[in-house]
Amino acid sequence: MNKIFEVPLYAYERSPDQDAAIAIRHKVIVVGAGPVGLVTAIDLAQQGVPVVVLDDNDKVSFGSRAICFSQRTLDIADRLGAGSPMVDKGVQWNVGKVYFDNRQVYEFNLQPDTGYANPAFINLQQYYFENALVDRVRQLQASGAPIEIRGRNKVEAIGTHDTHVVLEVETPEGPYNVEAEWLIACDGASSPTRRMLGLDFDGRVFEDNFLIADVVMEADFPTERWFWFDPPFNRGQSALLHKQPDNVWRIDLQLGWDIDKEREKRPENVIPRLKAMLGEDVDFDLEWVSIYTFQCRRMERFRYGRVLFAGDSAHQVSPFGAMGANTGIQDADNLCWKLKLVLDGKAPEILLDSYSRERVQAADENIAKSSRSTDFITPKSQMSRLLRDAVLDLSEHFEFARPLVNSGRLSTPCTYQGSSLSSADALNGPDITRPGSACPDAPLGNEFLLPKLAGKFTLLTIDADAPEWIEEDGVEATRLALTVKDDLTLELKRRYLGDAAGAVYLIRPDQHVAARRDSYEENAFRQAIRRATGKE
Amino acid sequence: MADLILTPNLDNADDFYAGLLAAHDGLDKSASDALNARLVLVLANHIGDSDVLNQAVEAAALRET
Repeated sequence: MNKIFEVPLYAYERSPDQDAAIAIRHKVIVVGAGPVGLVTAIDLAQQGVPVVVLDDNDKVSFGSRAICFSQRTLDIADRLGAGSPMVDKGVQWNVGKVYFDNRQVYEFNLQPDTGYANPAFINLQQYYFENALVDRVRQLQASGAPIEIRGRNKVEAIGTHDTHVVLEVETPEGPYNVEAEWLIACDGASSPTRRMLGLDFDGRVFEDNFLIADVVMEADFPTERWFWFDPPFNRGQSALLHKQPDNVWRIDLQLGWDIDKEREKRPENVIPRLKAMLGEDVDFDLEWVSIYTFQCRRMERFRYGRVLFAGDSAHQVSPFGAMGANTGIQDADNLCWKLKLVLDGKAPEILLDSYSRERVQAADENIAKSSRSTDFITPKSQMSRLLRDAVLDLSEHFEFARPLVNSGRLSTPCTYQGSSLSSADALNGPDITRPGSACPDAPLGNEFLLPKLAGKFTLLTIDADAPEWIEEDGVEATRLALTVKDDLTLELKRRYLGDAAGAVYLIRPDQHVAARRDSYEENAFRQAIRRATGKE
Repeated sequence: MADLILTPNLDNADDFYAGLLAAHDGLDKSASDALNARLVLVLANHIGDSDVLNQAVEAAALRET
């Protein structure tokens, strides 16, 4: 049987652009049909922005690659109409085990936090994630949305101008030129776009290699996450075992820096390693093997004139914490509504600089988190190892040490602290919903809050008055009127009111809080809309 | 901000010191180092307050705060 990643999903087809005498100019071209490029394209197309995706390949991601998708990602996927097939297919796990040397030091059970439409995370092969997005693209196309994926269209050269970019694109039938008012580069950590424009990609370098193997096991392994520090089968390094759908297990073996990659990748070297880990008597098939190298780095800015960078092309971290794809999808979430307003002439171009600032802040948070995880997993000095081992030894006996164990901190949304788009906090409310925060979900009877906040500016009122609708300089905000009584579990009150009797929130189209007050005050909210759209 | 106590505060200084030495009796250098590392972490958790802990790190580094 063919694997899903072996079938062309967007095979090359000749475009009329290739026969045009003068290069056709599109509104937006996205380079790269990975998770970030597809999310970007769907988001724009849903808002009516015509978008063309160019990809040098014609299939979904080869091998599993990213396998852990966070709640924030699933909330965004829901907004894009692609979330439920992902959750249906994905694996949810609660039990994690931590091993040190030859023994289990502790086991944890993540009690699911209630009151959210989506789980904290799911494990799902990247190809399924991308496949769900391609399905959504096809649905949009069927309903007439202006979205197109061009397979085997490889960008070979980029010319940048004040008002547009010109691309030279190679295809199986030869090259053609095409133009875009805006170019969004979602072409991965080794971004050809970034290279062609000669842009920097600097940071603290953590040189390490990971052998990533996906094995298919019929064995009755539990749906748990197992993490080993310094195990007998991989001395001085770490190892991870994680469940994916279809009886596929992800195994990450840290290899260190000075290795022969080609040699390590050969099945005759991989299989003994896996047998040492899983046990000699466990039957498995190797589905996919790769050696992953990472550095922690980012571009200085994510916007260069008419070119915007999103996802791994703009920033890169270690795989621990599943921050790669999840962060990239939040880049797209941040960018698309801003670009839509700019394209409609409802916001100045400088609004797009706030995309760069806010997402640079998110990338820096991830790099800091990732660096700390890496320092714990791979101690850089004798003392660092001594303290790391002390934490692990204590964690076997005492609960207090367990939060110090760092095998990766799961991706969480960035709070845009101090963003120029946020207004000063004017509510004595909970910290988790202060201006800049991503709105946490809350139950509303049989429904949930987040789907009601999707894709537009919202005036969320909870036991407070406000007009049903306001418009400020072309930007509309519509009211969502709630009362604490809408949620008998009181999560809405806990997350949005705290001790306050009522509140009015201005929520951005990406579900981040722009402003909040204890009551509606017209001038304040008009000013908040102006701020949130780069006009103040 | 809570202040780190840098004036005498031990119930019985000599007993504590003797107990600390005794815990290291018979241990080789690496086992002793590991014990000290664990002790630092146990004490840090007991203190909990990050202001106090930052001051303690500064004091241990023999820096005036």
